[in-house]
Amino acid sequence: MLLTLLMSLLLQNDVEMADSLRADGKFWVVILVMASVTTGIMIYLFMLDRKVRKLEDKK
Amino acid sequence: MTLKNTWWKALGALLLIYVSIAGLIGEVPRLPILNETIRNTYFHVPLWFGMMTLMTVSMVKSFQYLRKGDIDLDHSAFSHAHVALLFGVLGFVSGAVWGNYTWGSPLPIDPKIIAVEVGMLIYSAYFILRGSFEDEQKKARLSAIFNIFAYAAFMPLVWILPRVTESLHPGNGGNPAFGKYDMDNLMKLVFYPAVIGWILIGLWISNLKQRIQKLVYDKQNT
Repeated sequence: MLLTLLMSLLLQNDVEMADSLRADGKFWVVILVMASVTTGIMIYLFMLDRKVRKLEDKK
Repeated sequence: MTLKNTWWKALGALLLIYVSIAGLIGEVPRLPILNETIRNTYFHVPLWFGMMTLMTVSMVKSFQYLRKGDIDLDHSAFSHAHVALLFGVLGFVSGAVWGNYTWGSPLPIDPKIIAVEVGMLIYSAYFILRGSFEDEQKKARLSAIFNIFAYAAFMPLVWILPRVTESLHPGNGGNPAFGKYDMDNLMKLVFYPAVIGWILIGLWISNLKQRIQKLVYDKQNT
């Protein structure tokens, strides 16, 4: 009886979850989303810059 | 892509990514009414700083155009004013959202808001003026003169007039700038990078706009 309880406790603790991401009402997920949106727009700007440069070089 | 031309673009991008994270998780002062919306200082105010910088660059380019007559300078003045107006609209919209929840109205009767409305109309006239000319040199010369006057009208409207009267905006009606925000040193660690980041990104987008403008112009005139 005691052994099964101990086992279940151990098992519970063993399962690793991204708990920090779910802490504070999953607020961290919002930060990840905002960061990825900003990063994406910046990458897009870089790609646009490269495309314009290619057009300029063609002349 | 050479490092010489790219580093400031990368710096602007990194600063904005930093601000989008640190602006949300950083510690902020606990103030009544404002509550968590004090974080909008990182996202709303830098847009105006970016806009002012772009308008200044645009005005300088118009001045240089009048002196040298190089059509590239006119493209530059146009592009910077164009992105400045975009930033202005974004600042206006974000300010309306913020004001709705803190001042109780999206567009309260506030001297700074009215001044910006008038100022943006003046700048809109710049684009209408440009659209009404066929001849490139005539268009460039007249709109350059208008651009300098628009700048000379806009800056006192936004910086001086709201300070003479009562205003909801901090830094107006005799208040020292940012006094009401109670910006502590932790906030400055996010706010200043946000200002620099938005200025750099604004310059970058204007730079792209200007280069596309030049490509289109060259294609039409060959």
